[in-house]
Amino acid sequence: MDMNLTLKIWRQKNASDKGSMVDYKVSDISPDMSFLEMLDVLNEQLINNDEEPVAFDHDCREGICGMCSLYINGEAHGPDRGVTTCQLHMRMFKDGDTITIEPFRATAFPVVKDLIVDRSSFDRIQHAGGFISVNTSGNTIDANATPINKEDADDAFSAATCIGCGACVASCKNSSAMLFVGAKVSQFALLPQGKIEATDRVLNMVKQMDDEGFGNCTNTGACEVECPKGISLENIARMNREYLAASLKG
Amino acid sequence: MSLDSKVPQGPIKDKWTDYKNHIDLVNPANKRNIDVIVVGTGLAGGSAAATLAELGYNVKAFCFQDSPRRAHSIAAQGGINAAKNYQGDGDSTYRLFYDTVKGGDYRSREANVYRLAEVSANIIDQCVAQGVPFAREYGGLLDNRSFGGVLVSRTFYAAGQTGQQLLLGAYSAMNRQIGRGKIKMYNRHEMLDVVKVDGKARGIITRNLITGEVERHSAHAVVLGTGGYGNVFFLSTNAMGSNVTAGWKAHKKGAYFANPCYTQIHPTCIPVSGDHQSKLTLMSESLRNDGRIWVPKHMKDVEAIKSGALKPRELAEDDRDYYLERRYPAFGNLVPRDVASRAAKERCDAGFGVNATGEAVFLDFASAIQRYGKETAHVKGLDENDAALVKKLGQEVIKNKYGNLFQMYEKIVDQDPYNTPMMIYPAVHYTMGGVWVDYNLMTTVPGLYCIGEANFSDHGANRLGASALMQGLADGYFVLPYTIGDYLSHDIRTGPISTDSKEFEEAENDVRKQLEFFVTNKGSHSVDYFHKKLGKIMWNKVGMSRNVKGLTEAIAEIKALREEFWKEVKVPGTNEEYNEELAKAGRVADFLELGELFAKDALNREESCGGHFREDAVELDGEQKGEAKRNDEDFAYVSAWEYKGEPSDAVLHKEELEFKDIELKQRSYK
Ligand SMILES: Cc1cc2nc3c(=O)[nH]c(=O)nc-3n(C[C@H](O)[C@H](O)[C@H](O)COP(=O)(O)OP(=O)(O)OC[C@H]3O[C@@H](n4cnc5c(N)ncnc54)[C@H](O)[C@@H]3O)c2cc1C
Ligand code: SF4
Ligand code: FES
Repeated sequence: MDMNLTLKIWRQKNASDKGSMVDYKVSDISPDMSFLEMLDVLNEQLINNDEEPVAFDHDCREGICGMCSLYINGEAHGPDRGVTTCQLHMRMFKDGDTITIEPFRATAFPVVKDLIVDRSSFDRIQHAGGFISVNTSGNTIDANATPINKEDADDAFSAATCIGCGACVASCKNSSAMLFVGAKVSQFALLPQGKIEATDRVLNMVKQMDDEGFGNCTNTGACEVECPKGISLENIARMNREYLAASLKG
Repeated sequence: MSLDSKVPQGPIKDKWTDYKNHIDLVNPANKRNIDVIVVGTGLAGGSAAATLAELGYNVKAFCFQDSPRRAHSIAAQGGINAAKNYQGDGDSTYRLFYDTVKGGDYRSREANVYRLAEVSANIIDQCVAQGVPFAREYGGLLDNRSFGGVLVSRTFYAAGQTGQQLLLGAYSAMNRQIGRGKIKMYNRHEMLDVVKVDGKARGIITRNLITGEVERHSAHAVVLGTGGYGNVFFLSTNAMGSNVTAGWKAHKKGAYFANPCYTQIHPTCIPVSGDHQSKLTLMSESLRNDGRIWVPKHMKDVEAIKSGALKPRELAEDDRDYYLERRYPAFGNLVPRDVASRAAKERCDAGFGVNATGEAVFLDFASAIQRYGKETAHVKGLDENDAALVKKLGQEVIKNKYGNLFQMYEKIVDQDPYNTPMMIYPAVHYTMGGVWVDYNLMTTVPGLYCIGEANFSDHGANRLGASALMQGLADGYFVLPYTIGDYLSHDIRTGPISTDSKEFEEAENDVRKQLEFFVTNKGSHSVDYFHKKLGKIMWNKVGMSRNVKGLTEAIAEIKALREEFWKEVKVPGTNEEYNEELAKAGRVADFLELGELFAKDALNREESCGGHFREDAVELDGEQKGEAKRNDEDFAYVSAWEYKGEPSDAVLHKEELEFKDIELKQRSYK
């Protein structure tokens, strides 16, 4: 059945504007719509009324690019589990609901406009060490020269499925980025190729994370609950072990 | 201008090696004085930017998303091909070359395809060295799966997230160079024009999507890796921002646009659910390894399933029509995409579609779950006759292989594909056409290169599954870094390119004029209104099946729509701020021109080949009755269109295709 909804949306003209919540109404929303398609309906309505549409980030609309980033009714990516905002469907809501929509908030994620935030701090953490230093050449060793235990390979893959959305940061009361950084550190720590630079990698990435103004991890586990890709807390534990070992060494 | 593909002389298997041995090189000290612009950070642009920076060039890279990691390559699911022959099933460079030429319905350039097959194995080595976690077998070696149109297992994968893992690999290589200061990254920047100085590409004009600033950037060469233009159909599996603007602006500056009508309509996508639909979601072709496609044999069962009176799983085997297995026994569910899509359309047009709109067929995993369940039970020494156990074990195997795809499906459709067959229908997915390039990947504008899906390249009239990722990375890691060096070797004494020239000024002014027009034109309809209308025309008249009448109408309708757009488009807000509607307006303006050229190209090509199906070109009798009919005598050429103002004035140049190493044959998958 189609729904009528009240939306309370964060509007902020630009980074220096103060911003505030504004109420909107949308009607005839089908339960089969995605959350972002519902916002498309609102925006079409606003444009037709000569008002400014609501700015939000999105691109793939299938849960993989990590662009969409809405804080819906007090939860990063909304009430469903294991999904990004773009995968959230309106069947999770009911007729007459009021829905609050805010950006992902953190000191290290300043608001750009309305619901869009600047997550370039995540990129800078990756510049600090999220790679293996191997140049492109046609003569690295054969891909099958080093067999890798399937379990390690699978765990490395699971860690590597992080989409860099920032929901973990937005959900954490300390705005910690430990789940995001832990996932990258873990991916490489689990693979033989990654071991060579392990010490520098973890030290540099953690330092950059601190410099960006992300908070400390106090093990509340909120990040894991809201992570759309099921990145596990085990990755934070692994990073802590890596960090300890690296600190002792270097 | 005549078209010179610059294919080197000599036997096909030696061309690339000989070429590399004889090109001019730039010494490392000189590379430091040379700037290269790379637009796009997908697999093609990302791998090119990283490699060029490693070589020592100063790279400036651009993307419209907030991070290079979000390029649409991230969404690729199923896998990447490489002729490693790890399975020992008879694969080789030649076989991958042959399959790709045949799969492309003999409309690609042999020498390019051979080179692609040749470097494919290096890609896998390189990615593994970077830490890309491909799927492995219990023995620790890499696993493979099969894709459509081939008889070997050569596809490497990382569950249903292969594109993500490969792109994060290229992104990590870029990050290393960004950290070293060798790549300067411009996120949230949209390229709006190419700048030519003395006939050569020497820079671009961009708009900063956050501040609205219009900027000039110069370099000794410009590389476009800006992806495909499937969004000309409005609904496609591409990301919302995917566009043709970079390629189209290049076209307007003299780059020929090749084979615009070659589009891939992918057979396995989630069907459209309503008018609100903003994009379509792919269910990877890898699912056809294990899923069987069917519709009911009898109309009464179709009705019963549609009304909910009958559950699909309850329908007896004998009452199902596994139409791909029936029509194409040799390849079965693994026929190439164009063939599978047309077969689905044929069944649905005949009334056998299984959902409310009549545009869906089933993709069923029941037999695979049984098979894997039994196998696992046997290996583990458990009871193979325990139906519940077998089902559970089988579902676990399927979950391991395709878990994320099944989850995506469930979230969108609200049905559990482990327990009821998926419903799927063809959707626009990939564009084989694109900017024309020679063997060096250079366009008809000197110094302007085009790589990845944005060029017309290697896939002819139809791309085989898992070959786009291969091509993007081949272009960026292993081909362009050589070929561009040959060109840049003539630029070692040029010195920095100034942006203070009349060419830059003119290009900037043109860009500003258009932006200004959009924000001041107080029209009556949003950008989406026009985009959706264009999409409907394209899908109905230039889609899976094309005819003279429809194409002629489409050309007139798109032209009229374009005129209306320039009168009536409404863009809120200003230029000096984040303004998504403004960005969209520019993209749709270009789609409205491309769309017309697309239809014109389809009208010109009076044959059926690959993804281009003309109703007036089919086999009339014999075993192949009703199948597509190619016309090699008259159409074995690449259509390269030169810009002359209106799309209707575009001039056709033909690159005749020569087949010296592969015999031209009718493509049969029977
Ligand atoms: C859902 C899906 C699944 C797929 N699965 C597979 C698969 O399993 N195997 C396979 O081989 N292929 C697959 N493909 C195809 C393949 O993913 C693409 O063809 C390939 O990734 C394209 O890479 P690219 O680098 O050319 O372009 P993209 O990855 O699309 O990158 C384009 C880049 O250009 C930038 N850009 C574009 N326009 C501008 C502009 N005007 N200004 C500035 N920047 C711009 C974008 O920001 C982006 O960085 C799939 C495609 C889709 C859509
Ligand atoms: S760890 Fe999860 S929540 Fe955090 S950025 Fe990665 S995918 Fe998003
Ligand atoms: S839009 Fe890409 S993950 Fe949501």
